[in-house]
Order: sequence, then structure tokens, then C-alpha cells
Amino acid sequence: MLNYTDILSREPYSLEKEEKHAFLTGILAELTRYHYANCELYKRICDAKGFNVDMINSYYDIPFLPVRLFKEYDLRSIPAEDVKKTMTSSGTTGQQVSKIYLDRETSAIQTKTLTKIVSSFIGKKRLPMLIIDTSAIIKNRAMFSARGAGILGFSMFARDKCYALDENMELDVEGMKAFLEKHEGEDIFLFGFTFMIWQHFVKELKKTKYHPDLSRGVMIHGGGWKKLLSESVLSEQFKQELNRVCGITRVHDYYGMVEQTGTIYMECECGHLHTPIFSDVIIRRSSDFSVAGIGEEGLIEVVSVLPKSYPGHVLLTEDSGVILGEDNCPCGRLGKYFKINGRIKNAEIRGCSDTYAAKF
Amino acid sequence: MQQSSKIMVLFGNRDFEAMMRLPVKPVFSEEICSFLNTLSGEIMRSREARRFPDVITFGFFCRKANITQLKEQYYEEGRIGRGLSLHIAPSNVPINFAYTMVAGLLAGNPCIVRASSKRFEQISLLCDLMEKVACDSIAAEYISVVQYGREKEINDYLSAMSDVRAIWGGDNTINEIRKSTLPTRAVEVCFADRYSLCVLEAKDVLKMTDRERIAQDFYNDTYLYDQNACSSPRLMYWLGNEEDIAKAKKVFWNSIHDFIAKKYTIEPVIAVDKLTMSYRAAMDIEGVKLEEDCDNLFSRISIPDLDMNLSDYVCPGGSYLEYSSETLDELCKAVNKKFQTLSYLGGDPAEYQKFVIDNGLPGIDRIVPMGKTADFSLTWDGYNLISIMSRKVESY
Repeated sequence: MLNYTDILSREPYSLEKEEKHAFLTGILAELTRYHYANCELYKRICDAKGFNVDMINSYYDIPFLPVRLFKEYDLRSIPAEDVKKTMTSSGTTGQQVSKIYLDRETSAIQTKTLTKIVSSFIGKKRLPMLIIDTSAIIKNRAMFSARGAGILGFSMFARDKCYALDENMELDVEGMKAFLEKHEGEDIFLFGFTFMIWQHFVKELKKTKYHPDLSRGVMIHGGGWKKLLSESVLSEQFKQELNRVCGITRVHDYYGMVEQTGTIYMECECGHLHTPIFSDVIIRRSSDFSVAGIGEEGLIEVVSVLPKSYPGHVLLTEDSGVILGEDNCPCGRLGKYFKINGRIKNAEIRGCSDTYAAKF
Repeated sequence: MQQSSKIMVLFGNRDFEAMMRLPVKPVFSEEICSFLNTLSGEIMRSREARRFPDVITFGFFCRKANITQLKEQYYEEGRIGRGLSLHIAPSNVPINFAYTMVAGLLAGNPCIVRASSKRFEQISLLCDLMEKVACDSIAAEYISVVQYGREKEINDYLSAMSDVRAIWGGDNTINEIRKSTLPTRAVEVCFADRYSLCVLEAKDVLKMTDRERIAQDFYNDTYLYDQNACSSPRLMYWLGNEEDIAKAKKVFWNSIHDFIAKKYTIEPVIAVDKLTMSYRAAMDIEGVKLEEDCDNLFSRISIPDLDMNLSDYVCPGGSYLEYSSETLDELCKAVNKKFQTLSYLGGDPAEYQKFVIDNGLPGIDRIVPMGKTADFSLTWDGYNLISIMSRKVESY
């Protein structure tokens, strides 16, 4: 049976290609059999495909579930009474959201894994944390979603917390000043969502005369670049501007999703997103779902050893990306490293079926 | 502001109120037939038009021989137009506006045709060609091809003047346009979302040698419009014994594969949509089998019976439900009012028609050979467009 204590005792970027393949195949094959036995809907998909769960030679062969299915179906491999927490993806009003069902065990290993990955970047010590968001996001249950969950999740690295924005999303200069004075000379952990940081921190700091000294800071941000790209802001510029307004140099983006909470993909010092040994990224060609080569753009499949309470261990995202290399990033971390090119575009469908709502 | 000033006229009459006062014509009037013939010639001569198979097909439809043949079929003494006709064309089929216009004209009515607001080259090309031949015909007076946004006020304004309204494509569009009332005497014909299937007689499929032709025909029915026309087959109903069907399926899908692969590229989002749909079917229906093909060109979902709402499993871009049986009987469970076109490869169309009639099926309005599902006909969705858009002057 799966022994997560053992699995999670390993260092996150410690295995070379072949070892990692064997390691992940063993765990993911077992998870596949577990979900097959415990989730009727998952079993139906495997059966319809004629997929034999007892004959898995590589995790590359395990059927990948489109993430959208988690919006439409209640997919779980545990009885309803064992559900301790239901995570939902962020979605605007009216949009369907993913529902991810967690039991105590899965929830715990998510936290543990996140800690392992993040502490390999910011250190094991808890730090004073400056959250580039509003405290309202935690207080207001209606707003509580992936953003709130992300903040809560990353708060476990905090010793003392301060929200940089007030309830009206305005920069709380006085609050920040007091917080930074209190922790003068210490490393500061900054966390927030990429667009929030750009819109409400970088742009606002530029307007004020306040120049906080965060040269000892380390920032982790995520949530995607879609809105920034619409303003043609690229990663490099984002970092430069951040450095200008507060002197920070250590800035790490991450890629992750609520469907596989815990196994996030952190950006290293070279600007590459890295796969830890607990998860992997496979790029697939949309023409036939075959595996794309290094440098070739395609759909992103994500696998993770964590999803046990729900069959989300092998997923096809709607993001497109490229593997940049494997085991040879100059930063020294082993595993694949990659970049995200963004969400796949909606197709312009011909034919007479309706498009009134969108275009008419 | 006046509503008429918000409407962009691409071709023809700019004075909508004057159009309302134009005298109606008898069905298949000499002037209209002659205009269509001239237009057909202009299209066939146009170098530009050759780039668009759909424009050429339309030109071919308008030629004298075809119109004469249609006249024999549809003409009736004493039939005359009803008055101003308003046509709302679907947004995603560029050429449809031209066919509904022809139906309106042949029925004897002045036509205001709302073309798709997308910038399809076919629309502007056809308007240019009509401009060329319009001067010595009544076309410029009796036709107005327009574009406008989704303003309800414009729909209100035009609807209030109309004696005939034809709404093509989509339940949502129909519901939206119907918010604009028509005069009490006006008639309306709507083409709602439909569901179509293909019946394949395995024994006949195995005998067929012209594979390239079959591939082209199937392509025209499906991928040409992203398998999103109401007449595009979603269900492949295989007829025959198990052994023949297994062989015929292999032959059929193999022979169309290479042809379509050359012409059609699966966009990433379509690949994901189709995979999602096949897993949805697998989860919802017990006993589903997903066929493993060499690539994502078709997604084939074998279903164990038809006792279900098939239209819940529609996904554009090459997603097919497959069902096999010795007889058509099982179809009775599935067919509802949404069913439109039964296309066939092999078998006897007269028998299929008899099956629909004998069983009193609530749907299936057309039975056409594979490759012909998108061909325009003056009888569409079970409506005789000429008789609906005209009136009969009775005398005895």
C-alpha cells in the first residue's frame, strides 16, 4: 500500500530521469488501481477505454482526465462522510467551478508536500510574511476560493502576517511601515497573486513616495499571466519593476492548480518552472495526444502522487506549454523544467448551431 | 435616432419602408428567375468565386436548368408573395443568407436579409457580384442585404414591417428574435437546433470501391462545417450482422481518415472537448466503449443501446456515437422532434422513408445520401418554403 511518509521523505528535486520514472510509475499505478476500485465513474472511463489497470508499465500510459470533468461530476474515491474539505477553483459568477473532495489524509499530504517544495526555496525557518492581498479575502466567505486557499496554504510559512492591502484594495502604507520596522533586518516572505501584485502593489507603489526596503525579501507568486499579458507585461519586466519599487531580487513564480494542490511547480533562479519528484508534466500533441519532444509546444498533462481521495492523479489541463529540458537546468535541480504559454484558445466553430449568447 | 440609420446595407435597397410597398410577385416570376440566371453566370465567370466552393455551389444552384426544375416541382397557379420578408441568417454559415434570399424571392417577396455580422469574404463577394448584375434587373429594389448588431430595437423595427420572417439557426437566436412581434397576419418559419444521423448498411459499404468519393462526401457532411451544421451526422447507425459491421467500420473509418487528415486540423481545444465528451458518455452510460484510433481526428463512442437523449452527447469537430443493429427498429427509441436529417451510405432510401412513416416517428425530415446533407432544398426541416412564404389566390 502507498506509504506517503516514505514517499514524502525524499528531497523534491533529487531523482534523475530513469529513477523518477520508476518511482512515479510505481506510485501512480497503485493510485490508478486504488481509484479504479473506489470510484465507479473512474472505473467506467478505464473500462470504456479497455484500459487494464493491472498492466501499467509507465505512468505515461495512464488515462488522463480533462480537468473540466471535475466541474461537471462529483469525482471522489472516498465515502461522502469522509470528506473533510471541498476545494473549489476560482471562477467568476455563473461559471462552473471544480469541486475537489479531500479527506484528512489527502489534505495532510498536500500541506506536507507544499512545505517540502517551498522550503527548498525559502528555507525551513518560518518568516514574517507580507501578503500582497486584502485581509478581506480570508474574512469574507463569499470571496473565499482558490485565492483565499492559496493564501492560507502559504501562511504556514509565516511567523507573523501582514496584509499589504486594506479592505478596499488600497495599499496600506502605514501597516506595511509598522510591520517592516518591527522585522527590520530579517528575511521577509512575500506572497500574492501575480496580477494583484502588479495592479495593486507595483503600480500603486510607483504612485506613492514610499519605497519599502525589501532587498531581504523572497517573493512567491502564482495565478497566471493572462491579465498581465493583455497589458504586454512579461516576466522579466515584472521582476525589474518589482525590484525598482522595493529592491526585491528573489522572485519566484509558480504553476499549480486546485485539482492538484500541493505539488506546485516553482520557478527557479533561471526562470524555469521545475517538476519535483512528486509530480510531473507531460506535453501532449493535440493532434493525437502523443508525447511532444523537448521544445515542442503542446497541451499540458500533470501527474501527481497526492490525489488519493479523488481520481485527480493524472490530468489533462487546458494550458499549453513547452518542456525546456530535463535534469540539466543550470540551477542544479533535477527533473523536467518547462514554461507555460497560456490557456488554449476557444475555437471559432463553423456551422449553424447557435452562437447568439457570445456573438450573434 | 432612426432605426434604419443603424443598419448597414451591403447590397440593394436602402429604403426599407419603400420595400414594404413594393408589389409582390407570382411565385417563380420571370424577372426573378432571369435575375438568378444572370447572377449564376456572373458567379461562374468570377475568378474570385473559385476560391470558395460554397459560392460556386450557390452559383450552380441558381442556374437556369436548376431553377426551371424547381419551378416544375414547386410552381402552383395562383400563388403570389405575401409581402416583405425578413430573413435572419445564422452567424456561422457564410452562404446561408443567399439561399434564404433566393427562397424568399422565388416565393414572390421583397427580401431584407440579415447576413452574419462576421466578416466572411463570401458575403462581400456575393454582394459585389449582385451589384454587377443588378442594374438591369429588379434585384436592387427587391433585395436588401444588411448587417446589424444585436439591437432588439432594430429587430422590432424590421419585424413590425414584415409579412414573412425566417429565422435560421439556433434555439437561442429564435427565442431572441421572437421577442420582436410581427404583424398579426405575418407568418414565421424557424429552423431550430436539430440532430442528425447517418445510417450505414455494412454489406453495401463493404462492396463500395470508390473510397475517395466516400471520404469527400462524408467530409462535406461533417468537417466542412466542423460537424456543427444541424444536418451533420452525430450518430452512426450501422446496419448488418456483427461480422460485416466490424469489417465495414474498419474499411469506412480507414478510408476517410487519410482524406480528412489532409484537410482538417484539430485545434487543441477541440481535442480536449472531444475527449471530455467521450469520458462524459463513458461515465453516464454503462457499457460504453471508446474506440482507440490512431489520432484525434474522430472520437468514436460505441453505445450499447439508444434509449437515451442522444443530443446530450453532441460535440463539434468530429465526435460520433456509434450503434450497431440488424434492423432500424432501435431508432424508434431515440428519435424525437429534434431529429432532422438521416443520411445514408448503402441501403434503400425508400425503405428508410417508409420506416419513418410506418412508425409515426416524431422527427426525421430528410433522407439524403451521404454527401448531400448540406445541399439546400426548397423543402427544409419539413417545411415547403415556397408555399409557406407565399399565399394562394383562390378562384373558382
